[in-house]
Amino acid sequence: MSNAGVLPQPASPVTFWQSTNGKKIVMAVTGCIMFLFVTGHMLGNLQIYDGPARLNAYGHLLHSLGEILWIIRGVMALTIILHFTATIQLALATNRARPVGYSRKESINSSYASRTMYWSGPIVLAFVIFHLLHFTVGAIHPHAQFVEGDVYGNVVAGFQVWYVSVWYIIAVSLLGLHLSHGISSMFQSVGLAHPRISPLLKFAANAIAAVIVLGYISIPISVLLGIVK
Amino acid sequence: MKLTLKIWRQKNVDAKGAFVRYPVDDVDPEMSMLECLDVLNETLILKGEEPVAFEHDCREGICGSCGFMINGEAHGPEKATTTCQLTMRHFKDGDELTLEPWRAKAFVFVKDLVVNRRAFDHIIEAGGYVSVSTGQAPDGNTILVGKEVADTSMDAAACIGCGACVAACPNASAALFTGAKITHLGTLPQGEPERERRALGMVAQMNAEEFGSCTNIGECSAACPKEIPLEVIANMNRDYVCASFRRRDDLPTPVTPGS
Repeated sequence: MSNAGVLPQPASPVTFWQSTNGKKIVMAVTGCIMFLFVTGHMLGNLQIYDGPARLNAYGHLLHSLGEILWIIRGVMALTIILHFTATIQLALATNRARPVGYSRKESINSSYASRTMYWSGPIVLAFVIFHLLHFTVGAIHPHAQFVEGDVYGNVVAGFQVWYVSVWYIIAVSLLGLHLSHGISSMFQSVGLAHPRISPLLKFAANAIAAVIVLGYISIPISVLLGIVK
Repeated sequence: MKLTLKIWRQKNVDAKGAFVRYPVDDVDPEMSMLECLDVLNETLILKGEEPVAFEHDCREGICGSCGFMINGEAHGPEKATTTCQLTMRHFKDGDELTLEPWRAKAFVFVKDLVVNRRAFDHIIEAGGYVSVSTGQAPDGNTILVGKEVADTSMDAAACIGCGACVAACPNASAALFTGAKITHLGTLPQGEPERERRALGMVAQMNAEEFGSCTNIGECSAACPKEIPLEVIANMNRDYVCASFRRRDDLPTPVTPGS
């Protein structure tokens, strides 16, 4: 009598990248890099309140980095590609994990931000592409001439178009929503949790996300109100 | 009190399933959810109909056999309560309750409200144990365990393997279950020698069973009748990442799901 049907059959090993845990760790690390970038970028942008000379000098400083700037751009591109690839693969795995859905399902504990990461992420990515074409390349710059090197002028001219500002504010708000879950979630993914510290971290993540959103959207709002011109 | 039970009826995994509404009169508020189904099943048997299949054993909330979705929540609306311990007084006269089985690819459908949770057994087999020396029984307390460590381990050991975490997770992830087992054994000195092999083995099997990924949102912990904290998932991730870096042997081989 054959017992092949009841004996466990070995499957192939699961590598770090193949495991959902490994992919989440990659997402945490890449997410952390992007969070640090977003924070630094915001601090750089806020120099707009110091006047055109300061902001244009800062832009010039970044461009004078030469090869280092391209290394940073390469790292950021790789980071986004890894984060995005892991998301797509995990989303597909999630769809496979529950082929038959519930007729009724209540959310009892999770935050809105945590449940909408799959939506906020791609919208922010679409915005980043637009944003690069808008302010870095200058390919999309409605109602004004893009002037290479005049960061201040480009920002003011760019945000004076109301729909560009609205799109910017919406996208940055979604980024904030994404970060409010992501900042605390990245610690959990790499295995750092503590009953005393984790609740504080959750609170801090919301606060940091709010500060980042306010810091960014203050610029188009100031331009639209005529405070920065 | 009178209730309407809207129950998922499906003969087997290949048959087509559908919801059927059953009015149940004379529901005693002191009845448990399972006793309510017992009452319904007796009337169904008298009418010559097929009774509703559901899993149960101890009915004391400690065995982990029972469990299904009640109004979209695993084990129903009460916190830290299994289906068998959920009394009908938490519902109002005239309510309609939607009863649905756990839904996940890894939990193979059996009948009505019953699913096969063998995937959990495979995860346990992949490392949910500690090796001990045979021979004479050692003296008690020869290995000292700190109070905090003992508490952390004990909290995780409360997991009854009911599957509510998988059912409640929007991604059908088994991270809370696997994390609970890894924390339960890995934090104690007795489980330390196999700690890294355990993390690699159990995580590999969890993935081989095609459970979804953990997005750290906390639905599992909120649905868990034993209130296992999310911290256990972080413990699993920490053990897994350390083991992945320090591993010297080949990766453990999981078994094929369903075998």
